Amino acid sequence: MLEVSNIDVFYGKIQALWGVSLRVDQEEIVALIGANGAGKTTLLNTIGGSLRPASGNVMFLGKKIAGLALPAIVESGIAHIPEGGKPFPDMSVRENLEMGAYPYRAWTRKEETLKQVYHIFPRLRERERQLARTLSGGEKQMLAMGRGLMSKPRLCLFDEPSYGLAPIILLELFRVIKSLREQGLTVFLIEQNVRHSLEIADRAYVMENGRITSEGKSKELLQNDHIKKAYLGL
Amino acid sequence: MDKTTVLSKKPLFLGLLFLLFILFAFLPLYGSVYSVILVTAIFMHIVLTVSWVIFSGPTGYISLASAAFFGVGIYTSAILGKTFPLPIVICFGALTSFCLALFVGALTLRLRGIYFSMFTFGLVLLIQQLLLWYEVNITHTRGRFVIVINNATIYYVMFAILAATILTAYFISRSKYGLALQSIGEDEEASAHTGINVTVLKTIIFAVSALFAGAAGAIMATRWTYIDPFIAFNPLFSFMPVLMAIFGGMGQFYGSIIGAVIFAYLQEMLITRFPYYYMLIFGIILVVVILYLPGGLVGLLQKWRKGDLAEKHANT
Repeated sequence: MLEVSNIDVFYGKIQALWGVSLRVDQEEIVALIGANGAGKTTLLNTIGGSLRPASGNVMFLGKKIAGLALPAIVESGIAHIPEGGKPFPDMSVRENLEMGAYPYRAWTRKEETLKQVYHIFPRLRERERQLARTLSGGEKQMLAMGRGLMSKPRLCLFDEPSYGLAPIILLELFRVIKSLREQGLTVFLIEQNVRHSLEIADRAYVMENGRITSEGKSKELLQNDHIKKAYLGL
Repeated sequence: MDKTTVLSKKPLFLGLLFLLFILFAFLPLYGSVYSVILVTAIFMHIVLTVSWVIFSGPTGYISLASAAFFGVGIYTSAILGKTFPLPIVICFGALTSFCLALFVGALTLRLRGIYFSMFTFGLVLLIQQLLLWYEVNITHTRGRFVIVINNATIYYVMFAILAATILTAYFISRSKYGLALQSIGEDEEASAHTGINVTVLKTIIFAVSALFAGAAGAIMATRWTYIDPFIAFNPLFSFMPVLMAIFGGMGQFYGSIIGAVIFAYLQEMLITRFPYYYMLIFGIILVVVILYLPGGLVGLLQKWRKGDLAEKHANT
């Protein structure tokens, strides 16, 4: 479904990604793990359209999307949920969600999608009229996920959904991410919380210094000695 | 409980609107010449303010280009007024402003905050000086005479432009694009992530807002009869809409209208009663409003209403 092949990405003269390739299949949950500054967010921003690769290619549903403008990428069915969620603080929860349905194919069905999102996150329905700035950290992340789902995506890109959240909320959010597959969605998430992401993902890639250093089934990675030592502290 | 109050208020509001419409539609028939001219001036200020609010209200991009769009309308009218009928002149004035805003918007809407404001203000002075140079060196005059039209016609044209401006502002604010503009004002990056084509949307709405300022300029030129670059591109027309919107309160759609009406009337009164001190008094009023009414007049009204509601809740 998503195929990244051999991309190099630069910030000015500094190279951040070196020949990165990866693949996400239909209805799969794939995690990309790695330490701070490894280039995870850079990769996500490149797929999501806010950065352009200097070389290499990104294909989505058989079409080239590398170098397309952001709106076109959203329109093609990719929802990018940025780090910290970034809800619109002075708009109500409902307005935030409606804004998520901005792409043409989503806008006509927004009432129906809204019902589904409220079903996934009942908390958002309770807070419907509240301004987003008054939400707790976990609720903000739910709102961001809900806003992403409102665009009727085929693929969800999550940037660090566990960012700054209490463990109990984190578990709830990860359960939701896992359940998205049942609705036909495909998930690609980047995380520093290695254990939890490996638990919900089918496959995972490990990124170090802008390169993919290993990949494999999550279960196998959990047993991998290097991963255990470097990321799980065992 | 909420729903019933909304339902009972709507016919009242529509009735009031209809009454106002009738009142103003027949004003030239029963009103004095002075009142017709005064109301025309107030209408002009509402058009400038509301058209400014269409773009700058939700996005928070403080544009100081109103005078440029207004002035372009004035000059279009002065140049074409002798050869074309009035409706065509007005349309041309609006379209020229629209095109100018499209061009300037595409160039400058990447700038944010104070840089955008400075550039748009620079635009006013740039066009003013360019025109002055052109008039002095090429046409060897300084100003131009504009064909005179009777006050009632000017009034009705301005009334129509006003209606078009308010309807457009209303429909934009209610549409998904209104919401999108607001989200751009809150977090431009996040709104790009939701699939909004930020640059295109900003540029188009900026241009649409210029349409009305241009049309207002085109008709006002016929009222002033003589114009030169300093009259047409008066920086005051850039600042007035901003001040009127702040005065009325930008949080609500009708705030800018109320602000423009009161401010324009106040200005007119102060000029005639205190010609020497009018700017001073004006300034003091503004300082007081900014200091004590951050939400403008509408903000004050809402505060009262909220206080009212809170009391009711406390009682039950």
